[in-house]
Amino acid sequence: MNTTLNTIFARHQHRDGALLPILHDIQHELGYVPDEAVPLIARALNLSRAEVHGVITYYHHFRRTPPDRHVVHVCCAEACQANGSEALANHAAARLQQGDIAMEPVYCLGLCSIGPAIQIDETTLHARVTPEKFDALIAALGEQS
Amino acid sequence: MSVTVYVPGDAAALALGADEVAAAIATAAAQRGLKLRIVRNGSRGLFWLEPLVEVATAQGRIAYGPVTAADVPGLFAADFTAGGKHRLRLGDIAAVPYLARQQRVTMHRVGVIDPLSLSDYRAHGGGKGLEIARSLAPAEIVRMVTDSGLRGRGGAAFPTGIKWKTVLDTASAQKYIVCNADEGDSGTFADRMLMEGDPFCLIEGMAIAGLAVGADKGYIYVRSEYPHAIAALNAALDNAGGWLGDFRIEVRKGAGAYVCGEETALLESIEGKRGIVRSKPPLPAISGLFGRPTVINNVITLASVPDILAQGAAYYRDFGVGRSRGTLPFQLAGNVKYGGLIEVPFGCTLRELLYDYGGGSRSGRPLRAVQVGGPLGAYLPESQFDTVLDYEAFAAVGAVLGHGGIVAFDDTVDMARQARYAMKFCAIESCGKCTPCRIGSTRGVEVIDRIRAGATEQIPLLRDLCDTMTAGSLCAMGGMTPYPVLSALNHFPEDFQ
Repeated sequence: MNTTLNTIFARHQHRDGALLPILHDIQHELGYVPDEAVPLIARALNLSRAEVHGVITYYHHFRRTPPDRHVVHVCCAEACQANGSEALANHAAARLQQGDIAMEPVYCLGLCSIGPAIQIDETTLHARVTPEKFDALIAALGEQS
Repeated sequence: MSVTVYVPGDAAALALGADEVAAAIATAAAQRGLKLRIVRNGSRGLFWLEPLVEVATAQGRIAYGPVTAADVPGLFAADFTAGGKHRLRLGDIAAVPYLARQQRVTMHRVGVIDPLSLSDYRAHGGGKGLEIARSLAPAEIVRMVTDSGLRGRGGAAFPTGIKWKTVLDTASAQKYIVCNADEGDSGTFADRMLMEGDPFCLIEGMAIAGLAVGADKGYIYVRSEYPHAIAALNAALDNAGGWLGDFRIEVRKGAGAYVCGEETALLESIEGKRGIVRSKPPLPAISGLFGRPTVINNVITLASVPDILAQGAAYYRDFGVGRSRGTLPFQLAGNVKYGGLIEVPFGCTLRELLYDYGGGSRSGRPLRAVQVGGPLGAYLPESQFDTVLDYEAFAAVGAVLGHGGIVAFDDTVDMARQARYAMKFCAIESCGKCTPCRIGSTRGVEVIDRIRAGATEQIPLLRDLCDTMTAGSLCAMGGMTPYPVLSALNHFPEDFQ
């Protein structure tokens, strides 16, 4: 972990307000921001540990524990609600209860005309998702890995 | 001769399978030994037709859509690369009424050009604004923006020229241009489409702002929910070469906090802190990012500037009505048949957008409520659908235009539930600095729960609470949450009984 962190610090330390870019890179590389990283980040940026902890816990995006194998974000904002995202979110929660795929709500993916929308692993997007389409996408994830 | 095929790389098109379509076209072309250049353009914003594939032919661009990967063999069989007949053939997309009736000013290149090619951008009129700005004194640039009547497109609608003049007139060795690309309002996607479909336009607008106020550094703060926009901006900046001169731009990724769309919370976030709202004064124009004078504008505001410089202030001002000048890219979303981007001058009505463009509800049921301006905007009932879309007319009916996002709901919507959602959203996203927003929203959820369980005598209490939040909150998060709540209560009282 230390080597990874030092590389990331070297990449961003010179920037003004470097904390968010550093946290993003750590989460990108490790999947989460481990508690052990907090004192190291604090030292690198000359901040208190409380300040670093405060930032990590403030933002919804950062996580302090390793993620599940896959994370599915279901959009729960109004435009998707208008097209049935609540039923989809309920279906998704029930479908994913067992297993190592996590469901998290997200408030707007910018696909508001073609909802309900989901995002898988922060990369792939899917629109007009029905429960059947959702199940097919989850099944395909299982086959990939 | 190689054929050019356009397959959108816009996130909405990707969500509908554009990557699979592009791959299928490339494979099929290779099998046929056909030379093909695939350009990943932005989206034209007619989402029911995405993925919308266009082919450059001798007769102009011919569109086909919506195309799935399974349609591709059939398209080749129909000789679509020469504009051949096929059931998905739409012809010249710009002639389709949905687009032909619009007046695209800020978004006119989106979906047309290769977003990452500076030369394509310049071939379509890009760059002229910056050239002109370089020949003008800073005060002259500010004057043009003031004269254009441009108001901030992020929601508060503050005159852009006045903001810029304050920064210009504040002495400092370092000033900043910050682009607020934290478009978190449900029902909005114009920023995303512009950043993905015409990133150089935003970049040029920021460079012009830099010349206008004497700033050599800009930040674009993009929400983390928009990875494709972030990638497009970074790629465009890499391709910009020396075009921007001494002006440097850095893209900063947000981290999932809605309140960072509030300008001072956004500045805190760039500085590496919790995105907590600052008390004003001082205004960011005087003491903003890292305590320096800062222009902070929304994406569409900054992207409107190159055209104002290139075409003149009067050109822009001549669109619109009253004190709402220019055009606004409206975003039609939710339960509508033909959702998409509609850029028109201020002054058309909500009903025109919902029915003439949107074709009514997608579900086929009557439209009952329409939320305009994001999660903190009011719900309008059918009786208000004729309200003219301009800042003042909306204020007059107790609503806001905000970022121009329009979310339609059919008659299955439960408005007491939507009011609860608005309070809950505020409770989740409140930065916590001021009590009316932090505590008021939590209490608001509880009061609405009691009302929904039958305690209708608590409705006056809910109104009192909304009054406190409106008057006592530090920023729009708590200050505007009463808009959706009270409009639901006022226009749809039967849902609270």
